[in-house]
Amino acid sequence: MAGRDGSDGEPELAIEIRSLDVTRGGRQVLHGVGIEVRRGDIVGLLGPSGCGKSTLMRTIVGVQLGATGTCNVLGQPAGSGALRTLVGYMTQEASVYGDLTVIENLRYFAALVGADRDRIAAVLDDVGLAGQRDRLVSSLSGGQHNRVSLAAALLGRPDVLVLDEPTVGLDPVLRRDLWEQFRRLAADGVTLLVSSHVMDEARECDRIVMMREGRLLASDTLDGLLARTGTADITGAFLALVAADEQELAS
Amino acid sequence: MTAPTPTRPVEVDHGRILLATARRVLSQLRHDPRTIGLLLVAPVLLIGLLAWVLSGQEGVFDEWGALLLGIFPLLVMFLVTSIATLRERTGGTLERLMTTPMGKVDFLGGYGLAFGAVAVVQAVVACAFTFGLFGLTIAAPVAAVALIAVLDALVGTSLGLFVSAFARTEFQAVQFLPMLLLPQFLLCGIVAPTSSLPQPLEAIAKVLPLTYAIDAMKQLTVEAEVTGEVWRDVAVLGLFIVLLVAAGAATLRRRTE
Repeated sequence: MAGRDGSDGEPELAIEIRSLDVTRGGRQVLHGVGIEVRRGDIVGLLGPSGCGKSTLMRTIVGVQLGATGTCNVLGQPAGSGALRTLVGYMTQEASVYGDLTVIENLRYFAALVGADRDRIAAVLDDVGLAGQRDRLVSSLSGGQHNRVSLAAALLGRPDVLVLDEPTVGLDPVLRRDLWEQFRRLAADGVTLLVSSHVMDEARECDRIVMMREGRLLASDTLDGLLARTGTADITGAFLALVAADEQELAS
Repeated sequence: MTAPTPTRPVEVDHGRILLATARRVLSQLRHDPRTIGLLLVAPVLLIGLLAWVLSGQEGVFDEWGALLLGIFPLLVMFLVTSIATLRERTGGTLERLMTTPMGKVDFLGGYGLAFGAVAVVQAVVACAFTFGLFGLTIAAPVAAVALIAVLDALVGTSLGLFVSAFARTEFQAVQFLPMLLLPQFLLCGIVAPTSSLPQPLEAIAKVLPLTYAIDAMKQLTVEAEVTGEVWRDVAVLGLFIVLLVAAGAATLRRRTE
């Protein structure tokens, strides 16, 4: 693996989850999930909406109540104070301030993580919003809105980026640009966990974690998944895994 | 992208985060001139209306004017703060902030500082019109009235910060206004002197912040000196602010459902 090879004492795994259960409002929404993510990998978290992707991501960034089991990030329990400067999080509903301009939003989030002006300018360029810096976020398109949110997550140069549906509502060109950017980040040693309900985005990931109804269906490379299921594309693989899963549950 | 960054423990500067939060809240207000107008103009218009209503009765406005200056800041700042923080909760920005190095006190303090600044401007504007244009005359210095008005506004802000934890929607947040503030109006000494209230009600009145704000305003209306009782009221209002912010910190959770 390119990038950081884990100098002395640094954990090999960016994210390590074992037998994770999450209960929300008396209903169990994650059932015994186990995932290992290596440093510098791009991991795609795929599955239909409502399958628990967001809950899993919220657990990883340490804001989910009702989680039991193991969930370590960079060798520390999820949500530890030390992780707050090391993990960048982009929520599903682009959570930035609509009544502020792009630059005002970024200045604020920069102050929280100690990023300087140069960093703000670099991130603005990275997400292609330099031309919109003085526009109110509420006046931007959905895709631009999303990119403000992504920029806010990038400001602190996090080691781990947790991105909940970052490409939703983006046109194919922007989507490609964004994935190129994720690649560059990964080449720099950043670990990315990216959720999507668009199965096609599996092509862009080093590994794929597939979920359905709060359970893990598979965690593998794309090629591994295709070989294992004997299918030609990711949607076929997902359907095959679902069928196998249902058979297993029935028996 | 630039070179890889090592895993590093970063020194967190909570003072800077608190100030940045205050600046951000004020920037949001700056983009919302209508709200600024309401914050500054509404109290003036209402006090002006009262002055006009009472203009036929000699000396009555002088009795009531300062009391209104003790009520509006609480009411207005409570509403503004509870809605603003609720929007942070429902919009997902609070969740995001809770994954950053921001401490709960940075968040609450930032809001307190920003709305405290607004409260100072509001008090100055309201006092300027009330004493300058509407001709309110009281015994004590005007600055003392302004001080009580600002403290009162901060009670409203801290109460709003605390209460927004119990509302899921803006609709619910607004309902807290009659529930939490109307009983205070009835018991604070405007409708009837607190000493004349039935025992149980007097006991309740003694643990409500507005009672102390109104007591101070009544004192300032008739006493030329700022009395020891007014300073006691100032201290009690300060204590309420601290307690409410602490309660707000206790209800602000990093982890939510």
